[in-house]
Order: sequence, then structure tokens, then C-alpha cells
Amino acid sequence: MPKTETYDDQIVRLFLLAAAVWGIIGMTIGCWIAAELAWPVFNLGIPWLSFSRLRPDHTFGVIFAFGGSALMGTCYYVVQRTGHTRLALGRLARFTFWGWQLACVLAMLTMPLGITQSKEYAEPEWFIDILVAIVWVSFGTVFFATLARRRIRHIYVANWYYGAFIIAVGLLHVVNNIALPVSLWKSYPVYSGVVDAMVQWWYGHNAVAFFLTAGFLGMMYYFVPRQAQQPLWSYRFSIVNFWALISVYMWAGSHHLMYTALPDWVQSVGMAFSLILLMPSWGSAANGLLTFNGSWHRLKTDPAAKFMVLALVFYAASTFEGSMMAIKTVNSLSHYTDWTVAHVHSGSIGWVAMITIGSLYAMAPRALGRPAMHSVRAMELHFWLHTAGLLLYVVAMWTAGVTEGLMWRATNADGSLTYAFIDSLIAIKPWYAVRWLGGVLVLSGMVVMAWNLWHTAAQARARLITPIPVPIPEPEAHQVPAPLPVY
Amino acid sequence: MAGGYRYFEAVEKHAGLLGVLIAIMVSIGGLAEITPLFMAAHTVQPADGVKPYDALRLAGKDVYVREGCYLCHSQMVRALRAETERYGHFSVAGESVYDRPFQWGSKRTGPDLARVGGKYTDEWQRLHLRDPRSVVPESNMPAYPWLSQAMLDPADIEARMRTLRMLGDPYTDADIAGAQAAVSGHTEMEALIAYLQGLGINNAAKTADTAAAATGGSAP
Repeated sequence: MPKTETYDDQIVRLFLLAAAVWGIIGMTIGCWIAAELAWPVFNLGIPWLSFSRLRPDHTFGVIFAFGGSALMGTCYYVVQRTGHTRLALGRLARFTFWGWQLACVLAMLTMPLGITQSKEYAEPEWFIDILVAIVWVSFGTVFFATLARRRIRHIYVANWYYGAFIIAVGLLHVVNNIALPVSLWKSYPVYSGVVDAMVQWWYGHNAVAFFLTAGFLGMMYYFVPRQAQQPLWSYRFSIVNFWALISVYMWAGSHHLMYTALPDWVQSVGMAFSLILLMPSWGSAANGLLTFNGSWHRLKTDPAAKFMVLALVFYAASTFEGSMMAIKTVNSLSHYTDWTVAHVHSGSIGWVAMITIGSLYAMAPRALGRPAMHSVRAMELHFWLHTAGLLLYVVAMWTAGVTEGLMWRATNADGSLTYAFIDSLIAIKPWYAVRWLGGVLVLSGMVVMAWNLWHTAAQARARLITPIPVPIPEPEAHQVPAPLPVY
Repeated sequence: MAGGYRYFEAVEKHAGLLGVLIAIMVSIGGLAEITPLFMAAHTVQPADGVKPYDALRLAGKDVYVREGCYLCHSQMVRALRAETERYGHFSVAGESVYDRPFQWGSKRTGPDLARVGGKYTDEWQRLHLRDPRSVVPESNMPAYPWLSQAMLDPADIEARMRTLRMLGDPYTDADIAGAQAAVSGHTEMEALIAYLQGLGINNAAKTADTAAAATGGSAP
């Protein structure tokens, strides 16, 4: 007789813990460097604390350490549940956890010491890149091996997004990081000048596309219907959006290089595809929001659902903004200003962080063997801290960005420039202080979440968790479930 | 519709097929935009007069990269009226052929530096890097006092030039043989200033109008 399987949730709990810790570390560094921009005395004259050395630690910390841990953890959670199967290759999955944490720690320690490739969002040096590549291939192996042993024939759409996220990020990471080492601490990329610029922004833009969008859409497609307790609004629509999104996104990277020395045709193609991209982006947002139709009342009682809904609203808002900023005329104003920073953070604090937090609140009690989170009021507090911080942040940076853009291009009647560069910095400095305050609110919300998770995990720390058995699917027409694997 | 779905059903039920199709779909865009640039890269020649960085400037460029200057300073004058008015002639592809990685940047918390060379004196640059607010009171740039104490490592610079030659940068044997002597005894501050003072001058395309723009009108 076959033994009953249980879900492998221990690995999920590890990633959950890591995400909470990295989230606080990454956002603390973010607040610190925001303070440095507003009050430069905070650089303290210490090399590894100066803004320019520390900024990659903020971006890497929140994107790859926090976001990456959340994505891998939820991916392992979702692929098991949607396939009615235990995670394959348990030991390799453990390696993906420890390997990823090691890569994150190494990157976060070396970058402030000046050991950097200086390619944005791909700063870690070559030896860390190799470790990341090995972990990533292992992650893909565990994911696809689990898909291969699923007992639901149909692959649920969330897994499509996770699959695209894994394949594309692996491709981007390898191509962008090809370099020739001089020593352990220094390498030179094989690309230079204009080619390096195009490769870098093909990477940078699609890191946004596949890490910060496709991966988190995978999260959204599982946890939104789960939390709304309703089926997805339109499954067919999700499929159309999937193929459109993954094929169009890859063309749009050149909108980061408008009016530069990049050939003009590449800029124009990037702009055209960036506009097309609005359709699948809004399609996914609409599909998520419409899934709440008939269950909007849940928002009154469930802060996790509130996080998800606002995440989808900000996903729609920031993808609209992104497409508009890719129009050359708009880009000539917005590029190089804090408007870009506002856009990135409405996407990351609004969409990415909120869908992650909502999903973590939905997943944590189940993975920790509890009926609900320890405190709903703490979740509520977190929601309002996060939302207030987000709004302060983006309003401050929008204002600063437009101010800079307008001052840089202002001319007098005789055609001479109205302002010196420093005038624009003086004008926006108050907004840098407001942005710092917004960041602090978001960070304090994360601390509230960590406190809540700590108390929810009380049973887990006492090792009192009952493993959740894998359900045996009912046979349906056209869908013959495979038998339980025999050990 | 049902007939069409039968084919799609194969994608939805076979993980391997799904993975292959995803890989194809995500590759098309990158291939279409990057491949032509690779081929064009052979035609983007360094414009007349653009040479690989000499040993001291290379050391300075690597200090610039290490400290993360690119996070607040672009090196790309866009082809826009207000930009050329403020910074000089717009940047051309031939100027950054020896930049590994490229330093075009993505954000200007400080001004563009593509043509900063010669704009200030060496002494101003030194004071500014040691304490930006001593010369620009409203600046929010970090101070980099440690660069004055740090000495360059001649053997390391030579190794870097050898690596760059392997990647195709046309350093001569004489360039590499003289590298150690060129940097020995110099501080990182001196190297960084040499690099900054060469920006827009040493790598400028020496056509009639860009040369005039880069040097503020005075012929080199």
C-alpha cells in the first residue's frame, strides 16, 4: 500500500523567515541611503557607508534577497499545492535555500567594499555570479522536477509564470554577466560601450519583467483566487496575457536609453513595444481585480486581501506610467530625474512588496500550522503604515522628478539656460526628506510584520507542526490523476 | 474553438513543451535587438584620436567604478537642446568604446560628467572630492577623503591592462611595459582626477565640431 505523502513546507518556512529578515535589512539600508541624500553628513566619511557604495546593497537586498527569497518560497508552496504532490529533490531544494542565502550574504558584504561590476542590479563580482547561476539551475531543476511528478495533469497558470521567471532570469543573468576576471575581486565585461549599454538594459529591464513582474504574477495568480475564495475571473484571459507579456517585454529594454548614442531604430522599437506592453500588463491587473468581484466584502475583514487589491491597483498604475515614460517626448523630461525613482518605487513598494506581503500573510499561517495570523490588528496597522509610506514616497519623488526635469530644460528668452544644476538640487532637497520619512513608515510596517510572524510561528519553533497531507485528486472527465508514487 | 484548444491543451499539460516554448518566446526580442548591435559593434570604431585609457587614467576609471560614481553621475549628453547647451556636444558611440562597463548612468543626482574634463582645475577636483561642501556648500555628494591616502598597486594595474588586451583593447607591449612605472607612487585620488580631467577630451571624437565642443573652442 502506498504511503501518504505530505507537503514539504519546511523549505517554505525557511524562505519565509529569510524574506522577513532580508526585507528589513534591505529597507533599513534604503532608509539610511535616503537619509544620506537628504543630509549628506550621514555618509560619516566611512568608505563602506557612503551612498555610492551602499546603494547597490539596498537594490540587491530588496530585489534579490527579499524578493528572491519570497519568490522561491512561494514558488515551492504553489507548485506543490497546484500539482497535488510533494516537492521533488528535497536535498537539492535545501541547497537552493542555503546557496541563495550564501550568495546574498556574499554580495551584500562585498559590494560596500567596492568589489563590484558596477552594472546596475548585477553588481556582484564574477565568483558570486557563478554561485548564483548554480543555485538558479538547481532551483529550476527542483521546480520542473516537481512539475514532472504532479498528479494534476493540467499545469495551473501560476506555474507558467514561475517557469517563465526561472528560465528568463537564468538567461538574462548568464548573458549579462559574461566577464573576464583580472583577479578574485575584479573583472571586466566582454561588452563595452554601446553594446554593453544595450545588454545591460536588456538585462535591467527584463530583470524587472521577469523577476519583479512574472514571478510576482505567479504569486498573484495563486494567492489572489485563494484569498478571494473565488476562481480566477478568466482563465483564458490569463493565458493570452501570459504569452503576450513574456514575448513583448523582452523588446522594451531600449527605452532606458532614449536620446543616447544607441542607434535610433533600437530606441524606436523599444518605445513601440513599451506601449504594446500596456495591454498584457493591464490584462493581468484586471484579471486579478475582477477575481474579487462578488467578494469585495472580504476587504473589510482581511488585510491580506487589501494588500493584494492595492498591489494590483499599483501594478496597473506603474505599468501605465512605465509605458508613458517610454514615449520619447516624455522620456526626454523624465530620464535621469527622480521621476524614474518614483516609478520604480511605485512598482516595487506598491506592486511587488504589497503582493508579496499579502501572499506571505495568506501563506504563513498554512505553512506554520496555524488557523490564522497571530494578530489581525497588526496586519491592519501594517497595511496603513505601508500605504501611507508608499504615498509619501512616490508623491515626493514625482514632485522632485518633474521639478528637476523642468529646471534642467528651462531657458531664458535669449536661449541661455535659466538654472545651474545645483539650483535643481536645492529645489528638491525638502522632497528628499519627505521620501526618507515615507521609507521609514514602510520599514516600520515590515517590523510589525516580523513581530506578527514571530508570534504566529510559536508552534513551529516548538516543533509542534502537523505535516499537511497531499490531497488525492478526484477523478474528473479528461483529467486522469496519476496514482500516488510508491516508495 | 474546441478544435483549436486541443493543440493548446498539449502546452498546458506538458511541462517540457511549455518550458521550450517559453524559452523561444523570451529569446526573440533580445536576439532581434542585440544581434544587430553586435554586428554593428565592428563598425562602431573609436573615432580619430580615441585611444584606450593610459595606465593612470585606467586606474582612475576603476576607482570611479569601485566607488559607484555612476549611480549619481551620467556620462551621456543626450541629443537634446538643453543638454548640449549645459554639457557640450552630444555623446557619440565612438567615445565609449573602451568603457567596460559603460558609464552612461541612469540617474543624475549630480551633473553629467561626459565632458567635465578641463572644466575645473586639478586642485578644485581634489578639494571637491575630499570635501564637496567646501567648494559647493549645497552639494549632497559624499566625501571621498580616503582616496588621498590609498596608493595604487602597479602590478594590479598591469594585470588589468593585460586582461583588457585579451578582450580586444589595442594596448601595445610598450603601453603594458610602462604601466607599472606610470602609476607607481601615485594615489587613487591622483588617478581619479586624471581620469575626470580626460573625460570629453581624451575620448572625444576629433571631428571639427566635436573637438571644438569638447575643448570649449580652443584647439588642442
